[in-house]
Amino acid sequence: MMEACVVGASTGGVSALRSLLRGLDKGFRPSVIIVQHTATEGFNVLVDLLRDSCVLPVSEAQSREPIQPGHVYLAPPRYHLLVERQQRFALSVDERVCHVRPAADVLFQSAAEVWRDRLAAVVLTGANDDGARGAALVRSLGGTLIVQDPQEAEAPEMPAAALRLAGADHVLPLNRIAPMLLKLAARANA
Amino acid sequence: MHLTDRQDIEVALFTEALRKRHGYDFGQYAPASFKRRVLGLVTALHLRSVSELTERVIHDEGFIHTVIERLSVPVSELFREPQTFVALRERVLPDLASYPHLNIWQAGCAHGEEAYSMAILLREAGMYERCQIYATDFSDAALAKAQEGIYPAREMPLYLENYRKAGGTARLQDYCTEKYDLLKMHDELRANITFANHNLVSDGVFGEMHLILCRNVLIYFTDPLQDRVLGLFRDSLVRGGYLCIGIKESLSFSGVASDFHLLSRELPVFRRTATAAP
Ligand SMILES: C[S@@+](CC[C@H](N)C(=O)[O-])C[C@H]1O[C@@H](n2cnc3c(N)ncnc32)[C@H](O)[C@@H]1O
Repeated sequence: MMEACVVGASTGGVSALRSLLRGLDKGFRPSVIIVQHTATEGFNVLVDLLRDSCVLPVSEAQSREPIQPGHVYLAPPRYHLLVERQQRFALSVDERVCHVRPAADVLFQSAAEVWRDRLAAVVLTGANDDGARGAALVRSLGGTLIVQDPQEAEAPEMPAAALRLAGADHVLPLNRIAPMLLKLAARANA
Repeated sequence: MHLTDRQDIEVALFTEALRKRHGYDFGQYAPASFKRRVLGLVTALHLRSVSELTERVIHDEGFIHTVIERLSVPVSELFREPQTFVALRERVLPDLASYPHLNIWQAGCAHGEEAYSMAILLREAGMYERCQIYATDFSDAALAKAQEGIYPAREMPLYLENYRKAGGTARLQDYCTEKYDLLKMHDELRANITFANHNLVSDGVFGEMHLILCRNVLIYFTDPLQDRVLGLFRDSLVRGGYLCIGIKESLSFSGVASDFHLLSRELPVFRRTATAAP
């Protein structure tokens, strides 16, 4: 069953994330964990914007915090966010990965090792190649990879890079990603 | 078995080898980020597997220095997390100002950025002459760099912004010399700083400290190791002494939380409670 969904987004990500989260309903049980590349200054605004777009609780992921179902978490600015075995968060200030911190690669790889085939990963719009290597590990450990169709992404590089390296289980336009997640989550509960 | 599970076995054996062969115990580091760093080391050294790393750790005498240097993540900035320096300037230093002599322990000093920032802060508060800063790390390579106090000049814009946000009262350029693409901290800042090797995993308490800074180190530790280290800090602090951790760190998941109280909800600055068991 799908226990968690990790999401990576960069350029153009804020509006993409808002539209994605708007599509999730109160009954959505998996934890949603997001890396969005943002400047430190913009982070609190981002949290507020996402809160306004989502019926699920939204908060910044805290070091050591146990990960709750049906909750949306955002990686704090300037820290990598990792998932540890006991389904708790860990932060690190290790070197940037793909020139960014937080990096979706770091989140995806650690989440893949913990949740394996109970994980879905989503790669959204972005102008770099962060997330591709993490996405490959997600798939190789049995998780489901959803990539936003690069043709309609505001910045196509990030989804395109993921497709090149990892392929995908589903390549979808933005407005069909949330319905797909709902479907995957529902299949899980059956 | 998936590669990632085989790597977990290898990392466990590598950890065991480091401990048995060299006395370094990484067994209580947060596993996900530790594994990342070990795999990063394998890539950086162009090795094929963690097992190859383990073999070299066992048989190659000087290799351990490279390993510790690379596992240690000495990533820092001058005046990193500037709001913490504002809090130190406004809330902590005025309270400590009445002591004739102050001991400050900065644990996990990386390349010294935090120690020099502290020296600058203390100078601007007119207290540096009375202070002794002990800046410690378990990486000799990091300590050697810290002693030099030389940073890439391309970091200057970030440092300047941090310094401004930290409420610096002079010009950062007054404390360092920029030459070619390097930035060298002035010698007088180093006058009251002692750089020393101390391993938070295995070494003991450190004097009668009035202020301890340990930022962005505890995030790498599991709960039991974090508790050990916080216990060490508690026992090294004078009554009413201050502990400062990273802005994304907290004592919420710690067993010794009751020995400290939070100064203000927004800032990671704590005070050792008077009743804390020594
Ligand atoms: C990410 S840096 C933090 C630097 C600085 N405090 C800051 O916040 O910018 C972490 C430092 O902790 C040191 N460290 C890690 N484990 C340690 C241990 N067991 N004992 C002492 N230092 C340790 C590393 O060598 C590294 O220099």
